[in-house]
Amino acid sequence: MLALILAFPLLGFLINGITGGFLGKKFSAKTAGIIASSAIFASFCVVVGQFIQLSSMEEGSRVIENVVFQWITVGDFSLPFVLRFDPLTAIMCMVITGVGFLIHVYSIGYMSHDKTPPKFFCYLNLFSFAMLALVLGGNLPILFLGWEGVGLCSYLLIGYWYEDDAKASAGKKAFIVNRIGDLGFLIGIFLIFSMFNTLDFASIKQAVATGGANLNIKLITIATMCLFVGAMGKSAQIPLYVWLPDAMAGPTPVSALIHAATMVTAGVYMIVRMNFLFSLAPETLMLISGIGALTAIFAATIAIVQTDIKKVLAYSTVSQLGYMFMAVGVGAFSAGVFHLMTHAFFKALLFLGSGSVIHGMHEEQDIMKMGGLKKYMPKTFITFLIGTLAISGFPLLSGFFSKDEILYSAFSSHEGLAGTGLWVVGTITALLTAFYMTRVTCLTFLGTPRFKEHKEDHHHHEAHASDHNHDDGKEHGHSHGNPHESPNVMVIPLIILAALSVFGGLLGLPGHSWLAEWLAPVVGPHHGEHGGDAYFVMAVSVAVGFIGMGMGYLLYVKTPEVPKKIKNSFALVHKLLFNKYYVDEIYEVLFIEPVKKLGRFCWKVLDVIIVDGAVLGVARLAKVTGEVTRLLQTGAIQVYAVFITLGLVATVGYIIYGIRF
Amino acid sequence: MEFVSSHLISLTVFLPAVFAVLLLFCPSKTEEQQSLIKGLALGFSIVVFLVSLMLYTGFDAAATGFQFVEKRNWIPTFGISYTVGIDGISLLLIVLTTFLTPIVILGSWNAVEDKLKPFLFLILFLETGMLGAFVALDIFLFYTFWEAMLIPMYLLIGVWGGKERIYASMKFFVFTLAGSLIMLVAIFYLMGAHKAQFGNYSASLEDLYKVKIAFDGFYSPQTLLFLAFALAFAIKVPMFPLHTWLPDAHVQAPTAGSVILAGVLLKLGGYGFIRFAFPLFPQALHLLAPAFLILAVIAIVYGAWVAMVQPDIKKLVAYSSVSHMGFVVLGLFSLNSISVTGSIYQMLNHGISTGGLFLIVGMLYERRHTREISEFGGITKIMPMFAILFMIVTLSSIALPGTNGFVGEFLILLGAFQNNKWIAALAGTGVIFGAIYMLWMFQRVMFGPVKNEANKGLKDLSFREMIVMAPIIVAIFVMGIFPNIFLSKIDVSVKAFLNQTRI
Repeated sequence: MLALILAFPLLGFLINGITGGFLGKKFSAKTAGIIASSAIFASFCVVVGQFIQLSSMEEGSRVIENVVFQWITVGDFSLPFVLRFDPLTAIMCMVITGVGFLIHVYSIGYMSHDKTPPKFFCYLNLFSFAMLALVLGGNLPILFLGWEGVGLCSYLLIGYWYEDDAKASAGKKAFIVNRIGDLGFLIGIFLIFSMFNTLDFASIKQAVATGGANLNIKLITIATMCLFVGAMGKSAQIPLYVWLPDAMAGPTPVSALIHAATMVTAGVYMIVRMNFLFSLAPETLMLISGIGALTAIFAATIAIVQTDIKKVLAYSTVSQLGYMFMAVGVGAFSAGVFHLMTHAFFKALLFLGSGSVIHGMHEEQDIMKMGGLKKYMPKTFITFLIGTLAISGFPLLSGFFSKDEILYSAFSSHEGLAGTGLWVVGTITALLTAFYMTRVTCLTFLGTPRFKEHKEDHHHHEAHASDHNHDDGKEHGHSHGNPHESPNVMVIPLIILAALSVFGGLLGLPGHSWLAEWLAPVVGPHHGEHGGDAYFVMAVSVAVGFIGMGMGYLLYVKTPEVPKKIKNSFALVHKLLFNKYYVDEIYEVLFIEPVKKLGRFCWKVLDVIIVDGAVLGVARLAKVTGEVTRLLQTGAIQVYAVFITLGLVATVGYIIYGIRF
Repeated sequence: MEFVSSHLISLTVFLPAVFAVLLLFCPSKTEEQQSLIKGLALGFSIVVFLVSLMLYTGFDAAATGFQFVEKRNWIPTFGISYTVGIDGISLLLIVLTTFLTPIVILGSWNAVEDKLKPFLFLILFLETGMLGAFVALDIFLFYTFWEAMLIPMYLLIGVWGGKERIYASMKFFVFTLAGSLIMLVAIFYLMGAHKAQFGNYSASLEDLYKVKIAFDGFYSPQTLLFLAFALAFAIKVPMFPLHTWLPDAHVQAPTAGSVILAGVLLKLGGYGFIRFAFPLFPQALHLLAPAFLILAVIAIVYGAWVAMVQPDIKKLVAYSSVSHMGFVVLGLFSLNSISVTGSIYQMLNHGISTGGLFLIVGMLYERRHTREISEFGGITKIMPMFAILFMIVTLSSIALPGTNGFVGEFLILLGAFQNNKWIAALAGTGVIFGAIYMLWMFQRVMFGPVKNEANKGLKDLSFREMIVMAPIIVAIFVMGIFPNIFLSKIDVSVKAFLNQTRI
């Protein structure tokens, strides 16, 4: 049964792939989209069925396991292709297929003017397949298969409009940065194998449970750190986050599905999946929460000044992923999953909303050229606003509960300064988050329009053609008139996601968290006795949320001239933030250029001059020797052949008859 | 039928040579006749593949020892015999050879117009040489086949090669010959040693395995003999720093030559280590293994670095071979069942994926008569079908899970890691650099806008070209998803091999 969850997207991939790739582009966006969406919906139905079955089982034994076939067998070492469905997988699968389905449907509208929709939907289905394999895999290599598989799809979809070199480069960058993380992941896998002689999750857990004093905590610490390096790559944490903002080059539904809701959370998933191992390594956990907190606040500061709507959301995603790592780092695994889930709802909503704006604005992504869109796109505005409120932690919305859970876990985690420090950083980030999201919403939808409004619809803009953000792979069947609301096929997914963003938090009410109980068989019992300080943490969160939102509204709606003044008086700071702390440039100088130089040195100097030179030198030496015996040199190859033969015969004769052993 | 089943190996090995001779009697004056002999050569090579499949299906994976053994006296005075037989390792390499040969012939359908008949003759003749080397159980017979391969390859590069073909073919010849002559001396020493210990000369491998060669550290006969064999095989693999003949040979060779060179000839180096150098001199092996592990890691990383900055696609692929074959050596010298199995699998993978890459490069070259990366850009838009296949082969080369490359690299690194963590971790960086040079090249050739006018009218793949690539693509996925089909054949052989290398 579990194989069916994978089979449907794979089938959709094959149908769209074969027709799109091998039979030419016969399918319209609608046909291709319906095929892909049905595939993912079928998967969703199977997931729900399995979920119901799982809930009906005894709490302690909630695992469904299927061995599909034997993948790799070498002597005693065997890797079955085994799928495991447990409470954690169930949540992940629901998010992937549920949110994924909505994004698939949305894409039918968004990609309607694209040249090769079958290709797009084919990649989207392949991604869903790989992502589901990642969370269903019952051993580390299958997780890794999905892990690299989603990386491939991310690469293909970021560079979807490959004719733009910058987009192709962004895809390549994503793949390579991820590969750096993957090496860490691989070494982690190898270390685990050398300790436990198995790569199966259940067997490792068993070995850990029975290992007791025999466990080598030092090795486990190194192994978990290596695994975390993998997570840094996939989930865009410092220092490997640099690919994610660039990944916004892909079509917006891709940003929503892959680079917000699902793939980038794979690192969090992996740590929660291996929680029994991470829990044994307090140093690793400390590192994880530290990196998470640092990433959260670092990315949030960049998000404040970005003017590309998708870039803001991208840095926001990096920042929110930081929260999730902060949570798992303090051992609050279910809080991490909770935020992963609510983030999937509201960030997918925000991305799709931004896509709706971009679509309605004819590929404009600069919020400085927007404003006042509320009038033109009321539904997009309302849903986007809900997303903003949810991420900002507006009381009772989903983000409020999940973020509060994390902040409280951080606050009450470590004795002394460390926990308080994490909480302070998290709270400041919450303030920044509320501020920059309000800023984006205000600049986009409120105030007066900063683009040319047209009285009549048939006027044309020429300016768009030269815009560097222009998605040149798309054809525009419609005129460039005033912004317009998106079609229902795009708006309905927005509404559903908005509803989820509002009510999703009910799954994890503080103190009575259904989610924490549901996940208990995987991550251990929930020990979140919320004491009196829980109210303090919550009150602070609510306060900073309102302050952030209020400041954003005041600055960008009430007094729009003030931000410019602030920008001018802190020009250096603004420049530093706007250029993302110049991290890309630093990496270029520190890593990329030296490696290229090294390659050239190895080639031009080592290979050509030294190694080859030495060989040719020997040849020249032979030639000089040849000068001496030039009488024998007739230049005819036959003569050489005769000499070689004679020499051989002499050697053979000598060895056989002459040597005594 | 009785004759066929008892001589199946000889049949597989010599059929190509017989066919090659038959080809010589066919007229090739007119274009029709030329097509006919091309068709004949293709048909012949497919027949050989089918015959080799009989070996494959008849092979008993659970049995120990060599199978389908044939033994005839050849030069009894020196104990030299015609002894052939296969185990799982040679079986897979044989099938790789017979699998690639028809692909190569169909792949060079339009590439070779000049001296077509000798070209096809040499390819088939070469096939016999390669197959013979994989089945020989007599060390002198092995050497005969080993040298027999050298000449057709030398001619393929020297006659049908590019502008610098004479230099490249001479370099190839000199490097390989230098290694193999030293090996020959070592072979004679071994045969003599057998006489000293057992009273008679023998070149039979089973006899030679029993010979004890004195060993007491570096300056002892066993170590020197090991080095003599290792030199020949290391040049063939090629291992750093003996690899510099490879890029020149590849760049100058015609596509068919490159595919066979990368696909099969290099594998003879790895095979030689497995069949001869390791089991004959186990103590020397253990003494020298660390040095070879280090050289393997250097090859992996260095090959990748140099590949990264190549302006010529074919040279890039050639250096990537150095890197990939470094993984093979790493796995072999790590000496555990997982890594050795990975190495053998990686040899097959490399044959498939690098063979595929050379075919791909050849297709570009036939269209544009250049291999400079900077001449291309945006080809995906012009040749979408080509782009898909190129992408798949690229992914196989960078070992994406689900493709064949992953199974090999994963097993090698997993096994090597149990042997030496640091070596394996360093080798692992090859995984990163591999992605860098392949994807960077792919981007510059396939993505971006079409800037070069000359590329605008390029035709997408023809039906023939798709047929050429189809088996490669199928193999990439089948070997990546169901590796056990092949791994199960070598399980017993790998165990036996590891027993031989124990001291």
